Amino acid sequence: MRELAASTISENVAEMCQEANFYLGEDVFDALKKSLETEESPTGKEVLKQLIENVEIARSEQIPICQDTGFAVFFVEWGQEVHLTGSTLEEAMHAGVRKGYEEGYLRKSIVDDPLYERKNTGDNTPAVIYTDIVPGDKVKIAFAPKGGGSENMSAIKMLKPSDGEEGVVDFVVNHVKAAGPNPCPPIVVGIGIGGTFDKVAVNAKKALFRKLGEPHPDETFAALEKKILDKINDLGVGPQGFGGRTFALAVHIETFPSHIASMAAAVNINCHACRHLERTI
Amino acid sequence: MEPKRIEAPLTDEVVMSLKAGDNVLINGVIYTARDAAHKKLVELMDKGEPLPIDLQGQFIYYVGPTPEKPGNAIGSAGPTTSGRMDAYTPKMLEQGMKACIGKGLRNQTVRDALIKYKGLYLAAVGGAGALLSKRITKSEVVAYPELGPEAIRRLEVKDFPATVINDAYGNDLYVEGAKEYAR
Repeated sequence: MRELAASTISENVAEMCQEANFYLGEDVFDALKKSLETEESPTGKEVLKQLIENVEIARSEQIPICQDTGFAVFFVEWGQEVHLTGSTLEEAMHAGVRKGYEEGYLRKSIVDDPLYERKNTGDNTPAVIYTDIVPGDKVKIAFAPKGGGSENMSAIKMLKPSDGEEGVVDFVVNHVKAAGPNPCPPIVVGIGIGGTFDKVAVNAKKALFRKLGEPHPDETFAALEKKILDKINDLGVGPQGFGGRTFALAVHIETFPSHIASMAAAVNINCHACRHLERTI
Repeated sequence: MEPKRIEAPLTDEVVMSLKAGDNVLINGVIYTARDAAHKKLVELMDKGEPLPIDLQGQFIYYVGPTPEKPGNAIGSAGPTTSGRMDAYTPKMLEQGMKACIGKGLRNQTVRDALIKYKGLYLAAVGGAGALLSKRITKSEVVAYPELGPEAIRRLEVKDFPATVINDAYGNDLYVEGAKEYAR
């Protein structure tokens, strides 16, 4: 059994909160730069140039890429041979979020009672934490600060199996079209297909954690990702919705086996500030 | 097309000279307000009580910035989604506001109110919070400090970039722009 101190988790989480908000990953930055070469609209090009400059300013001065520094979302893969000492995993991660958001001058965007009082918790906790127990003696933490504007443009639909590929494509493309400029395009589209009502939503979120430029490992789903991406960009919505050819940078699909009666589908959208990173401890 | 330099607060003449799709650089004083501050302002209007800021000719910027680092005027400061302010915007225009800056779609009621009161809806580039913070030279909280990132701030801006989405003639860049590039 490997012993791991809770403080090690907290320290790593605190650093990850800041790193993700100041330094956009190379995968997303490359996709932005590449889109500048293919964008046809002059206004669209102007927006993309501002976005690239924004990433550079954020990196060099450690200013958050976006003022919405997000809901802290984590996927943790916990090796079953690791024993955590000092506190619970949840406490350790929340201590990290608290420290990272305070010391990094990040915005605290979480309110406690969602309906009535909506009082800010003041430290950006709680985080949303998904934990899987896996073989081995390592802990992998994936983190994404998830912006509210793009999160609000999410949807879930319990399709019928007979709706087929066309049903999924129509649901996603129509939904993204209705979202239009709201989720800060160019966007990254996470899609879950299969599983239960809850599982499909988590998979849509998980899809946003994948590195841009890495297609689905299954060729059929990789082709579907490409097909949906082309249809979305053909809407002409473009960067920020000002018109253009770059509405989305990528479409990622995550699948799960399905009940014989169901075909769940979910869409979770990320803005161009698709901040995500992972560490293995 | 070269962006047009405009001064804040706005006159009707400048409002009427701008069309959907125009890029502008804003200079002068603007105010911030998002969901919670709008709610408070409109509650005061409904009660007929004085507002903490004078809205005549003003720009309202929908933003909840990050806390500023020591030495910086403001933290990351990009626009938030405007649609959440739709319920309040016609009343704000009625009280003298001339323009609002955010990102994303407005409803028909807001678009009609922009025509009626000669107003503009502009978008700044969403998610360009670091870049936009560099165009804000001064920031101070002038009302509702208890709202934290949602407090009303007075900002001094220099060449703050924005694009006209809905003008006072009923044009809409979100509709026209997409039409041009759809296939």
